[in-house]
Parts: sequence; C-alpha cells; structure tokens
Amino acid sequence: MVRGFALLLFFQFLGETISRGLKIPIPGNVIGMGLLLASLVAGLIRAEWVEDASELLLSHLALFFVPAGVGVMIYFELIGREWLPIVGATFISTFVVMAVTGWVAERLDFKEESSDVE
Amino acid sequence: MWNELLSSPLFGAGLTLGVYALAQKTYQRTGRIFFNPVALSIASIIVILLLGRIPYETYMEGGKYVLFLLGPSVVALAVPLYSRRREIMQRKLPILAGIFASSVSSIVSACGLAWLLGGSPPVVLSLAPKSVTTPIAISIAEKIGGIPPLTAALVVLTGCLGAICGPEFCRLIGIRNSLPMGLAVGASAHGIGTARMLEENRMAGVISGLAFGLNGLITAFLLSLIVSIFG
Repeated sequence: MVRGFALLLFFQFLGETISRGLKIPIPGNVIGMGLLLASLVAGLIRAEWVEDASELLLSHLALFFVPAGVGVMIYFELIGREWLPIVGATFISTFVVMAVTGWVAERLDFKEESSDVE
Repeated sequence: MWNELLSSPLFGAGLTLGVYALAQKTYQRTGRIFFNPVALSIASIIVILLLGRIPYETYMEGGKYVLFLLGPSVVALAVPLYSRRREIMQRKLPILAGIFASSVSSIVSACGLAWLLGGSPPVVLSLAPKSVTTPIAISIAEKIGGIPPLTAALVVLTGCLGAICGPEFCRLIGIRNSLPMGLAVGASAHGIGTARMLEENRMAGVISGLAFGLNGLITAFLLSLIVSIFG
C-alpha cells in the first residue's frame, strides 16, 4: 500500500515537472496518469504494486471534490448577478454534451456488449 | 481559542470527512439520486460555514488536505485503464469520436448559451472548460482569461448534475449500453460522474474515467489552439 502511494505521488511529481518545465497547458496529474499507464504497458511497473493504493483512492474519488465545490460560496454574489447565463448554460450544456457524446459513441460502437453483466 | 481551532486543519478536514460520511449514509438509506453524496456534502458544508460565519479560507486550511488527494487519484486512473486495455483498444473508434464530440459540443454549447443569455466575457470564458475535471479546468480558465475559482465551482456543479441524473437521462434518450453511457457521463460530468458510474457497473466506470482524462487533454488542446488563433 505504501509503495503504491509512493509510486502514485512519484508519477504525479514527474508529471508536474514536465507540465511546468515545458509549459504544457495539460496538468501534471494527467501527464502523470499517462506516464504511469505507459510504464504499466512497458512492464516497468507491475500492476499489483499500485493496485491497492489506486483502488483505495478511486473508491473515494467523489469525496476529494467536496472542498473545491464548497468554493462556490465565494462566488454567490457574481452568480447572483449573472445567474441566468451561468446556471442556464451550465444546465442545458451538460445535457447537450451527454446526448451528443452518447449518440456519437452508440452509432459507432459495433461490438456486442458482453461486459455489462458482472 | 475558538478561532485558533477553526483555522487548524482539524476543522476543515474533519468537517469534510464527517459530513461526507453522513451524506453517504443518507444516500444509501434513502436511495434517492438527488441525495448525491458530493452535492449533499457541498450544500451542507456551505450552510454550516454560512451559519457559523466561518470564511472559506478558514475551512480550506483543512479542506486543502482532502483536495490534495485528487491529484494522485487522477494518476491512479491509469490502473483500471491498464487492466481494461484490450477492451478499450478494440473500441477505440467510438471512444475517440465520442470524446472529441463531447469536447467540441461542450465548448460550443456552454460558451454559446452563456453569450446568448447575456453573460459577461469573463463568465463566458469561465464556462468553456466546465466539463473538464477540476485540476485541468482551473489551469485552462487561467490560460484563456476566465475566473479560475468560478470555473472550479461550475465544474463541480456540472459534475453533480451529471452524477445525479446522467444515467437516468441516458436511458431516457435511448442510450443503454455501458460504453456510450460511460463516455457520455464521464465526458460531461468528469470525476464526479465517474464516481457514480463506478457504482453502476465497472466497465461504465472505467470508460467514464478514460473519457474524463482524454476529454481534459482534448479540451485543453482545443482551447489553447482557439486562444492562440484569436487571442
């Protein structure tokens, strides 16, 4: 477990270094995810080294968004002033995106679903 | 003494974990989708802070430790992606096309609607990356001239909305398979939607996780391209 966390933090650090060093607009943790995936595929890292730590973090993923969400309270005034464009665009656009994405993927997905039932 | 305790990490971190545990229990007991644990926790904590006249900065002295774990969690998504790599490679066409469609439709619909409804330029720009996961969205907003914390708030709002009614909305419009549904929810509602999809079924959750990672990459790339052309 500790080894897993150390590796996850190491890859995030590596990603941050690349993101900041090369001034890429992609955040370090996403680059870190790509690097870890590449290392797993290349066999440099074994899946069982990082499985436990990653399982623990991902099963509580939703929790980690809470503090950022509470930040909305600072913007109550701005949201109150421009509530129609902010709330309207956020709501409608969320459903538009889901419909467009789902439909495009469904049209192009010819493979039979076999993994639905687990 | 009170102020000192409130601004120690104990308060913000303890409050976040405690409220979240209660929210999760409420969600499990009632089984009501609008009691989504993230949405319920955020709303409850805001009410508590407002009632107690506690500033957000004081709360974040502890909240930042919970937020910190978001970073390694994004890295951790590589593990389920790796274990599903064969299924993903077999279906790369619908996955890539779906994510590209989501990125374009999100930028166009969010900015277009906000502009039509009379939003000011910083607000319109803050909405551009709203379907992208928080850490990516914040750096995009900074780069294109939005208001990063407002973006963060809208990202979470979008995520809660997708997590609360994403799967139900997909079924309503005839999307039933786990791949398109996972893509739709992950690409629009990022990590919060992914957390919900992981509960629905494993494959949909993994695809959702892939969708929010790739969607972040593609949106960051598209928006920096647009800004470098028009900016």
